[in-house]
Amino acid sequence: MNLTLKNLYDDFRDPKTIKALAELITQEAEKLDRPVNIMEVCGGHTHTIMKYGLKQLLPEKIRFIHGPGCPVCIMPKERIDHAYILAQQPDVILVTLGDMIKVPGSKGSLQQARSQGADVRFVYSPLDALKIARENPEKRVIFFAIGFETTTPMTAALIDRAEKLGVTNLLYHINHVTVPEVMRELIDSRDEHIDSYNNRIDAFIGPSHVSVIAGAKIYREFPERYGRPVVVSGFEPVDVMEGVLMLVRQFTQGRCELEIQYRRSVTMEGNLSAQRQIDKFFEKRELFKWRGLGNIPHSALKLREAYAHLDAEKVYGEQLPVEEIEDHKLCICGDILRGMAEPTECQVFGTACTPSKPLGSCMVSSEGACAAYYKYGDLLQRRSDR
Amino acid sequence: MKKTITLAQGNGGAENHALIKEIFWRHLGNEILDRGEDAAVLEALERPAFTTDSFTISPLFFPGGDIGKLSVCGTCNDLAMMGAQPRYLSLSVVIEEGFELRMLEKIVRSIKKELPHNDALIVSGDTKVVPRGTVDGLFITTSGIGERRCEGIGISQIQPGDAIVVSRDIGRHGAAIFAAREGMELESALESDCASLWPQVASLLEAGIKPHALRDATRGGLAAVLNEWAEANNLCIEVEEEEIPVSNEVRGICELLGFEPAFLANEGTFVLALDPADVPLALEILEAFPGGEEAMRIGEVKGDYPGKVVLNSPWGTRRFLDWPTGELLPRIC
Ligand code: SF4
Ligand code: SF4
Repeated sequence: MNLTLKNLYDDFRDPKTIKALAELITQEAEKLDRPVNIMEVCGGHTHTIMKYGLKQLLPEKIRFIHGPGCPVCIMPKERIDHAYILAQQPDVILVTLGDMIKVPGSKGSLQQARSQGADVRFVYSPLDALKIARENPEKRVIFFAIGFETTTPMTAALIDRAEKLGVTNLLYHINHVTVPEVMRELIDSRDEHIDSYNNRIDAFIGPSHVSVIAGAKIYREFPERYGRPVVVSGFEPVDVMEGVLMLVRQFTQGRCELEIQYRRSVTMEGNLSAQRQIDKFFEKRELFKWRGLGNIPHSALKLREAYAHLDAEKVYGEQLPVEEIEDHKLCICGDILRGMAEPTECQVFGTACTPSKPLGSCMVSSEGACAAYYKYGDLLQRRSDR
Repeated sequence: MKKTITLAQGNGGAENHALIKEIFWRHLGNEILDRGEDAAVLEALERPAFTTDSFTISPLFFPGGDIGKLSVCGTCNDLAMMGAQPRYLSLSVVIEEGFELRMLEKIVRSIKKELPHNDALIVSGDTKVVPRGTVDGLFITTSGIGERRCEGIGISQIQPGDAIVVSRDIGRHGAAIFAAREGMELESALESDCASLWPQVASLLEAGIKPHALRDATRGGLAAVLNEWAEANNLCIEVEEEEIPVSNEVRGICELLGFEPAFLANEGTFVLALDPADVPLALEILEAFPGGEEAMRIGEVKGDYPGKVVLNSPWGTRRFLDWPTGELLPRIC
């Protein structure tokens, strides 16, 4: 990997540009006759908004609602228990990505499993799982795959590569989830008690990395069917601010459209060959339980029948429990993931629940809303407002 | 065949003695160590300071240093941060069976090379060999005694109005280790900042600067030091994001992996709390050292959030710079 590192961040954090955008948004927002609630679906955006203090730059009328967009946050305890149990099977190495190892299941986190002697490893790229499998031919390596549309192609590439190389000791536990279904669920749920937040979301900011793969087209239905504009934005502060400006302009100009802010690499169609490869290995699940949100139809992927022999869920079916597990009573992650509550409304926020001792997953992932509020201190803004 | 360490070399007998003589004494010998007694007999120090640290690092050799250099710098820097000149060190090495002799010698050589920067001697040592798999290559523990050259340096001396200065750009060690571990090839060579800090501290003291507190920003990085200071004194430290020196390479790695430079480890970078009037001279002195051109005043002790560190962005927003938590893990996508 050879990098031109400076290109990664230059320009997109330019103070002058950020301030100018804040000014434009403020001017534009004056024309609004009511506040606009913008949901950022992805935790990456939540993170940017909190880390760079963007809320502090925006007028009252523009409000952010934090969405369900972090695959770590939304992983239900049942599935983490699967990982935990798999990690403890004889001769198994469990491999997963980043933050996942910190999330508590009902038996503990993968980190705890590791401290008890289980072989749990985290990797930067799914392809590293292949390396581990080849280096440990006498073991079974299970890749616990997580992530939205963004990481799915990497898992598909991993399976493809392993197949071509004839690696047989690599299995997969697939937890890939998809963004449009959960967005639809938030607006259009058939679940009667979710109706309460039905009308709070006025618009969406869509994550660019998802659309690099899946294309912006996956959001078409939101302006068209649900009357919610969507702007697909990048993750730098300049990107988010520009995305907000584009949304506000849609409101002041009476438009409701799907727009792309992140033209640097997002197209309507996305990466077709990645989509084909995903299609080759995966199909939709009937139902997938999202932590805090319940079962959402067709919102996740599983391995196709032809690859059942590689599916850890099937191979270890006997050992893996299927019962649902309740979350901690005081934890309001569910409401937060739906955009109904803010982290600071949780009774145990920052007291019984902190990043080093998380009760819920919103505090675990560094991109969870609770963790972002705790770390970057939305408290700060509130206190100085007084 | 490569010569490797065997369990017999840790047996306390002839092989053990030969290893110690051939490798450790040969390179590190001095009048006190050469006596080969059970304990080093030292001359009395006036205002002694004492510290200890263990070093376990992977990889053992990294751009800009290795575990040997690190084990000298780390302990000596802890002394230097109390205004103490490092004098005597002990060196305890736990080696995994099968470790390459050549590597061990390389490590000992770099220990030898680093000692003079601190005017310190190894006066006592120990070597253990453990079965393969019980340690990852080799662990080193160094303890050090130094002599305080300046009274009254310490966390409790930090006061409202103090300026906060960093001695050079931050995050290099952490970023270099990540890059080395992950085999990333960077455009320009990123090296750890691993270095002895006593020369810098000595120059500051000689120039009559009396810092209120000094701290090398090792594990937990700049963020941990500032939070520790703020919390211990229940003061608020405000820093300007724009002023914090970070190299392009470090920033790039942080972007890729989702880290913050302020959380990354340093092994030759320190933070100073001092009288604002002393800042210009302090910066001038620091500039003369490698990396010191990047020395910066990054903030001051003031503000409305006692016990907290506030980071001001160049576009006018504010947030906390919190303690780093848990293992540093890269973001998922
Ligand atoms: S892991 Fe982070 S960046 Fe990736 S989808 Fe989740 S919240 Fe967004
Ligand atoms: S603060 Fe903790 S317990 Fe409360 S909602 Fe957030 S993660 Fe759940």
